[in-house]
Amino acid sequence: MAPAFRALFPYLLRYRRQFGLGLACVVVTTAVSLTSPWVLRYAIDDLKAGVTREKLAVYASLLLGIALVSGVFRFLMRQILVGASRHLEYDLRNDFFAHLERLPLAYFQAHRTGDLMSRATNDLNAVRMMIGPAVMYTTNTGIVFVVALILMLSIDARLTLIALIPLPFVSISVSLFGRAIHRRFERIQAQLSDLSAIAQEALSGVRVVRAYRQEAAELSRFQRANDEYVERNRKLVLLQGFFYPSMALFLGLGALLVLWLGSQEVIRGRITLGQFVAFNSYLAMLSWPMIAFGWVTNLLQRGMASWKRMLQVLSTEPAITDAGATDRLATAASIQGGIEFRNLTFSYPTGSTPALEGVSLRIDPGQTVALVGATGSGKSTLISLLPRLHEPPAGTVFIDGVDVREIPLAVLRGAIGFVPQEPFLFSDTIGENIAFGLRANGAASDSMTLRQAQGGSERSRGTSISGSSRAPSSDDGRAIERAASVARLDKDLPSFPKGYESMVGERGITLSGGQKQRTALARAIVIEPRILILDDALSSVDTYTEEEILSRLRGVMRERTSIIVSHRISTVRDADQILVFGDGRIVERGCHEELIAQDGTYAALYRKQLLEEELATLS
Amino acid sequence: MHEEEVLGKAYDARLMRRLLGYLKPYWLQVVVALGAIIGYSSLQLVQPYLMKIVIDDYITVGSLDGLGRIALLFLLILLGSFGLEYVQTYVMQLTGQRVMSDLRAQIYQHLQRLDLRFYDRNPVGRLMTRVTTDVDALNDLFASGVVTVFGDVFTLAGIMIVLLVMDWRLALVAFSVLPIIVLVTQWFRRHVREWYRTVRILIARINAFLQENITGMATVQLFRREAVNFGRFDEIDREHRDANIASIFYYAVFYPAIEVVGALASALIIWFGGGWVMRGALTIGSLVAFLQYSQRFFRPISDLSEKFNVLQAAMASSERIFKLLDTPVAIQSPARHRPRRPADAGPSTGLRAGPSTLRPFDRLRVVASSVEGREPQGRPEPGRGTTGLRAGRIVFDHVWFSYGAESDHVLRDVSFTVEPGERVGIVGATGAGKTTLINLLLRFYDVSQGRIAIDDVDVRELDLEELRGLFSLVLQDVHLFSGTIASNIRLGNAGISDEDIRRAARAVHADQFIERMAQGYDSAVAERGATLSVGQKQLLSFARALAFDPRILVLDEATSSVDTETEHLIRDALHVLMAGRTSIAIAHRLSTIQDMDKILVLHKGELRESGTHQRLLAARGIYYRLYQLQYKDQEAPADTVIPSVR
Repeated sequence: MAPAFRALFPYLLRYRRQFGLGLACVVVTTAVSLTSPWVLRYAIDDLKAGVTREKLAVYASLLLGIALVSGVFRFLMRQILVGASRHLEYDLRNDFFAHLERLPLAYFQAHRTGDLMSRATNDLNAVRMMIGPAVMYTTNTGIVFVVALILMLSIDARLTLIALIPLPFVSISVSLFGRAIHRRFERIQAQLSDLSAIAQEALSGVRVVRAYRQEAAELSRFQRANDEYVERNRKLVLLQGFFYPSMALFLGLGALLVLWLGSQEVIRGRITLGQFVAFNSYLAMLSWPMIAFGWVTNLLQRGMASWKRMLQVLSTEPAITDAGATDRLATAASIQGGIEFRNLTFSYPTGSTPALEGVSLRIDPGQTVALVGATGSGKSTLISLLPRLHEPPAGTVFIDGVDVREIPLAVLRGAIGFVPQEPFLFSDTIGENIAFGLRANGAASDSMTLRQAQGGSERSRGTSISGSSRAPSSDDGRAIERAASVARLDKDLPSFPKGYESMVGERGITLSGGQKQRTALARAIVIEPRILILDDALSSVDTYTEEEILSRLRGVMRERTSIIVSHRISTVRDADQILVFGDGRIVERGCHEELIAQDGTYAALYRKQLLEEELATLS
Repeated sequence: MHEEEVLGKAYDARLMRRLLGYLKPYWLQVVVALGAIIGYSSLQLVQPYLMKIVIDDYITVGSLDGLGRIALLFLLILLGSFGLEYVQTYVMQLTGQRVMSDLRAQIYQHLQRLDLRFYDRNPVGRLMTRVTTDVDALNDLFASGVVTVFGDVFTLAGIMIVLLVMDWRLALVAFSVLPIIVLVTQWFRRHVREWYRTVRILIARINAFLQENITGMATVQLFRREAVNFGRFDEIDREHRDANIASIFYYAVFYPAIEVVGALASALIIWFGGGWVMRGALTIGSLVAFLQYSQRFFRPISDLSEKFNVLQAAMASSERIFKLLDTPVAIQSPARHRPRRPADAGPSTGLRAGPSTLRPFDRLRVVASSVEGREPQGRPEPGRGTTGLRAGRIVFDHVWFSYGAESDHVLRDVSFTVEPGERVGIVGATGAGKTTLINLLLRFYDVSQGRIAIDDVDVRELDLEELRGLFSLVLQDVHLFSGTIASNIRLGNAGISDEDIRRAARAVHADQFIERMAQGYDSAVAERGATLSVGQKQLLSFARALAFDPRILVLDEATSSVDTETEHLIRDALHVLMAGRTSIAIAHRLSTIQDMDKILVLHKGELRESGTHQRLLAARGIYYRLYQLQYKDQEAPADTVIPSVR
């Protein structure tokens, strides 16, 4: 627990003034509110002995005054402490996200999105509860406990000790019940996940369930798990139902003892009636800390567990960094686009066999190279190593003769336009999606945001993060249009309700697979990369449009290097070099004519596709 | 995750009535819980009064006589409170769980009836959320909300009555602060509700942003957008923080304000009551009791406001649940078959209120009992035993179909006949409409135009159970359930004996790998059959199809390649499966296709050619090209192993 707590310490230090002030407020409000039974004591004693109206007025206004003062500080306490916890939550969430942005692709392939999200939301919330409300209530509880106890002792030590007899029972039952309740709660969670699994299975296998008329059987299977879930809940309730009533019972027994013995003390004249009433009030005030104790421990335990889960992510060192960067290629403009793979063998950390084995390949600047081969033959792996989405071994992948591991990430990725197999578009406008890379780190319009990101410093709202990035300059506008026209997205523009301003995704238009791919292509072209990589990026585009795109691309890419992965012969036949992959190796290489002449895998693929085309054109 | 989850109404009387309807089967429990809570609240009222008695009748008088009786009474009250509170908690929480269980079952049952179009539109993940998360959000409402609010209200009323009875003048003095309470609470509720919604919307945006950026992180990094996207995240995160901080203000004001009002009441009681005590118009005991009552008075009020949030979350969940329950079932058995299952009466539409709320229950009970009633005797013998329809002659009569828009027809004017006992192969390129034929035959979807008939009866006129009972369906992707090998062959059909299972497995050569497993037929099958090979899963699904002994076999052959040995096993197994029954297969194996009595060639949604393998090949049309494209590579084994076509 200690090292985890130490990691939290800098955050707490950042708000030390708020925490200090807030805790002071807790002390004041608690101390002040503890005086009101004391006032009551004198009021009642005076009433019994005879009192003036003036004195009554004083007591009444004292009670009101105490409540007001304590109320003001209670207000400040909440405002400051809970506010600080919200600030802290904000810092933590920002840091968490910023850290995620630095982790490599492999990390996201190994961790489920939902799991990471739950750490950034649910766990973070538990951490906030630990440092906000839990701190507040712990302090409050501690003070009430100590001060009330002292005041009670000062009234009647013997009575205090008697009243506290049930106290150990309360604490014992809190911890005993707490543990048992926790166990039963876990059994419930386990059953819930079984229940979910059953539903998941039946819902995803809906065709089989229907075809074999298993609806009723599935329902009864579900119902059995459902009943078991209720049963486990019943067992929890059986115990939990005891918890609060027994707490009340123990505390009530204390009150009973005080009422019985205390009233005798009053009659015997050992304490006054006022003291008796005040004593009762303090006892009532003590009951809350007893109950809160269990609740707060729970908050702290959950908070700490959650914080550890967050730390697992936060303490993962980014595997792909600029650590090895040299200044041999310091700007994207200085990259020519020559690529070389030197006897490259690469395995994924989880894979038992290498995904690539002994791949050697030279691509001159400006060349177009095509990769062909079955799914899983290593094509996508090869191209993912260029922008270092996965880290290649040292001395295997070079751009312009420099190991990619020695090129700063910003330079390397700035020089590469990458169009993935399944394009990922953001729920933003089409124009913004195309302009995605124009608003890269350090781009002029967003320097403000960059500084914010790096410093983590906070600025007042409206420093135009959205403003600057959302209104494209006219230069951008032209660039977007040019890129869209190369990608032949302009053909579809009339069908978008608001042109480039149309939203993509859930709350906007749903793009077809081909439209998505063409948007992603435009996104890659618009940054004018030295190297363009298409990973089967036109698979959902019809052949005619693809032909148009390829011829337009040729114009744009004359000076640039292109790597094209495709299953279609029509796409790759004009490439300068065609490489056929099989099981992580290059099995054939050459230009189209050479490969046809070889009559190998490529030639077979070619014949098959001719037939397919013939079929497709049959009406 | 999205705004749909946030924008529910704060309180909707119709939703609430419908929700409360679910309590009706448990009226006895509800009555018990209410009784317990009323008893408990009453006992809570007694304590301060005991204090008054102790002060006035014993302490002031200076007599200890009978104080023991008061203490005993106090003890009894404590024990009584303990018992009643326990009963209330237990009964109500358990009832809450039962209601949740009913609701979950009802949702699940409805999901089992909704047609496949619904599943096309709704990803399984979303449906899972309805069954689990949304239902659990309602739990709080039943477990703590409904009844304890009632208890709180009862406590408030009880205190008011006791005060009035003890001393009506002082009671009125104490009540004079009530209007302030009402105002403060109203103010608080109005603002907190607003901020609560804002915060919920912002949380949804944070989630959506995280979801999008985590899934698309590679794109973010490739285009070096880390800083910009961080800036956007920061913007939402900051808005969320500020909204929360803004709402803290209202909480920070509310709780102290209620306490100050409470202190005001105490001050007034001391001022007025003290005066009356001086004049002898009020006893000190009453004054102390008044002070204690007034403290108890304000606690439930601050609780009430807390419960408001619970209510709001529950409303949002229930709205989504009811929307699902109200989705009409498009494909059902025709009306004249319904008497067997009266529960199927009409799709429910719109929000229901009042007595009709209970219909879902009746439906649930009926189906549940039909499940129990069915299991001992099992299904009537499948296939042969099915009454009414004997032959199984299938006719597609000018069938048109589209999944979405009218214009995108997947099938166009398809007509063909499958005679009883005939083996028919369906071939065509990807997207030609092969799978759709199967989907329509089993009535997963209804035709757009035309009709499909079995023995001259339109499939829409047949009872769904009866219709689907004619078929065994084998899909490309074998769906296995977690359980055992045996349970995956038998599924829920108790009519299939262990011997039937073994016989079926033996017939399709699945017995070899099954018997090699540690527990044989009782070996566990992991989720989705993760521990089995593709070929083993296929054989298992054949065994399942055979064990159900259908009149008609419908097969979507798997394209995935398996090793040669398994390939042989599968081929032999297919022969066994098809022997003596009408078979319709989307064929991917040369061995299967050459064996067929008739081959239907689908091309772009139309039936273009039909005939035997040899005749179609000779015609040199679409089939000839498809054959070269899809099957020719298999030629070598086909020529050597396949026995002559009969």
